[in-house]
Amino acid sequence: MSVIVILLAASLSIAGFFLLAYLWSVKNGQFDDDYSPAVRILFENEALPGKRDNHDKESPIEVSPTEGTPNLKN
Amino acid sequence: MDFTLNRNADLHNSGGGVMEKFYYDNQTVKLFGYATLFWGVIGMLAGLWIALELVWPSLNFGFAPITFGRLRPVHTNAVVFAFVGNGIFMGVYYSLQRLCKARMFSDTLSKVHFWGWQLIIAAAAATLLMGFNTSKEYAELEWPIDVAITLVWVIFGVNLMGTILKRRERHLYVAIWFYIATWITVAMLHIVNSIEIPVSLFKSYSWYAGVQDALVQWWYGHNAVAFFLTTPYLGLMYYFLPKAAERPVYSYRLSIIHFWALIFIYIWAGPHHLLYTALPDWAQSLGTVFSVMLLAPSWGGMINGLFTLRGAWDKVRESAVLKFMVVAITAYGMATFEGPLLSLKNVNAISHYTDWTIAHVHVGALGWNGFLTFGVIYWLIPKMFRTKLYSEGLANTHFWIGTLGIVFYAVPLYWAGWTQSMMWKQFTPEGQLQYQFLETVNYIIPMYALRALGGLLFLTGVLIGIYNLVKTVKMGDFIANEPAEAMPLSVATANGHSGEHWHRWIERRPVQMLIGSLVVVAIGGLIELVPTFLVNSNVPTIASVKPYTPLELHGRDIYQREGCYLCHSQMIRPFRDEVARYGEYSKAGEFVYDHPFQWGSKRTGPDLARIGGKYPDSWHYNHMLEPSSMAPGSIMPTYPWLFDDEIDKSKTEGIIRAMQTLGVPYPEGYDQQANKELDEQAMHIVESLKKDKITTKKEKEIVALIAYLQRMGKDIKNASTSNP
Repeated sequence: MSVIVILLAASLSIAGFFLLAYLWSVKNGQFDDDYSPAVRILFENEALPGKRDNHDKESPIEVSPTEGTPNLKN
Repeated sequence: MDFTLNRNADLHNSGGGVMEKFYYDNQTVKLFGYATLFWGVIGMLAGLWIALELVWPSLNFGFAPITFGRLRPVHTNAVVFAFVGNGIFMGVYYSLQRLCKARMFSDTLSKVHFWGWQLIIAAAAATLLMGFNTSKEYAELEWPIDVAITLVWVIFGVNLMGTILKRRERHLYVAIWFYIATWITVAMLHIVNSIEIPVSLFKSYSWYAGVQDALVQWWYGHNAVAFFLTTPYLGLMYYFLPKAAERPVYSYRLSIIHFWALIFIYIWAGPHHLLYTALPDWAQSLGTVFSVMLLAPSWGGMINGLFTLRGAWDKVRESAVLKFMVVAITAYGMATFEGPLLSLKNVNAISHYTDWTIAHVHVGALGWNGFLTFGVIYWLIPKMFRTKLYSEGLANTHFWIGTLGIVFYAVPLYWAGWTQSMMWKQFTPEGQLQYQFLETVNYIIPMYALRALGGLLFLTGVLIGIYNLVKTVKMGDFIANEPAEAMPLSVATANGHSGEHWHRWIERRPVQMLIGSLVVVAIGGLIELVPTFLVNSNVPTIASVKPYTPLELHGRDIYQREGCYLCHSQMIRPFRDEVARYGEYSKAGEFVYDHPFQWGSKRTGPDLARIGGKYPDSWHYNHMLEPSSMAPGSIMPTYPWLFDDEIDKSKTEGIIRAMQTLGVPYPEGYDQQANKELDEQAMHIVESLKKDKITTKKEKEIVALIAYLQRMGKDIKNASTSNP
């Protein structure tokens, strides 16, 4: 069981540091951009439907090498 | 191409580079969605059945796998880990890809994750029905399944973090933080609470004993609610609600603040499950204080959710999806207001062990988790199948029946819980307890019937929903790989710029973020756990408390197997009525050999902490065979198989050795003579039964169970002086 003690002491000091850093930042800090991320998520899909229709049946789609295979079940 | 449109949409992609085309994996999302619905029905059916068993005990049929004690873990595990679990994965796999502008890290891992999780659920259901049960609530699965869960969870983690690492969107949207915190905390909770010593393939004992086991268990149990039922669903709310309402979340800043506050505070609240028990007082107070504080970040999330709909309430009138989400968020708000309330010691004194708790969790489970899941599914399925929902009318029907179901579920149980608790505490003018325990049970049976009706309504709604979704799927045109395009993250901006805020720095670094979340979450848990482990004075030993005999250990295994702990507590709180009804209140030192602890959390039947010696052996024999013969009106199931099945004596040696490993002071070499002592004690019970004209064999399981029941709470009675 004593192993837990060591783990805990280490975790606690890191955690304490982290907590202080957090409190410090809340006092001093501004979360600079707290607007655009909330809006951005609404956009991403909006750009797709129009294009999707074009892509689906005709034009072959480029795939970047790191991505999965295009398998448009249609 | 729509190059410019995309650039505008993607405000943060300032770097150069060529637009990349890729595909979102909808196939895995779809599978998780189907699994959510499938297991949802199974889990709710199990719930409905056990609800009916409380009204008509004959529905137990004397058939082991469907008795309340075995079916109830199936219900809770299925609903939490199968229904909500698959719901989480469905939502995460859909939203994470869009938020990261990347396909999931690995298709293979996605497949292994999906099928692995379904396999675990199937194995869980089968083993629980067979009675393999660790008896730690919501962690009832035996060790091989625990190991499998760990593996699949790691696979999920790799897939999650891998996707985040290869993302094309620098900013980590708030939902992703919730997912990360979920992953890391659940991993930690599961591992710490599942430390157990295996005796056979499907039997193990908790590493911890008594008070310590209780603390670890409820630290886990509470945070399973926090990090399996809450944080991932908040993440889903932050993605799917704005999407469905087509407007940004009310305050992004609030989402950041309430995220950190929530994960930091939640982990400390576990001990509120153990108020007035033998847990040290300081730990109880800590749990209460943090539970009350929890109100703020919880309501931060609710307010953020509801205010997102400001100016859009006209949409709620039309859209079933938004209706589901609004009720879900409202239910979240109610449950998280009630949580702190129930954590106050004076309220808990009334509510604990009653159906109030059951009502509370179902407002969360049916309202928050259930309705958010359906809101998301109704939005997702048509989207992925590029069609409209088959019938908006049916979805609205589902909504109204479901809402009615929640009301019919919760209100009678609030009533039942409060009523029963008041009856327990009622004394006559002469100072006697006014009601027998059984009278208080029989009084609330009508409420149980209404609750079952509520469950039936809710399930009916789900079935209507499934019909609607099947029709939608048939109409639709599934797109398994959805094309998308985005700019890659450029190296220049990926490194950030000097002087920026640390929060922005960490948002781009998921690994550091992961460690950070772990640290934040660990601090709470550890501060509570360490002292109990280290400070001996927290658990005063009592000289007269001795280890269980081999026969009693077998009886204890049966007690766990049949899920007795689900209806019977073994923890007498220091209240006048409990001491009058059950005997001297429970002391921490009484449980030092209890691997695992059996304090329980609900009294559908009376407390058993001091049942030992209260009735003759023959009473227990008859009572287990036919409870109503000893206690007319009892709703306890019958246990006929205990009178046929025999004690597995081949396991005795292993059990004793496991207990020795755990520090239970049996003498050296005791494992060799354990079966001999077992036989002697069993013979003793058989003879005592014979005096009451009952003949049975000493090998039967009922003998072991009687031995255990007759031992409970006696050690301290025998002591002339206890030594705290």
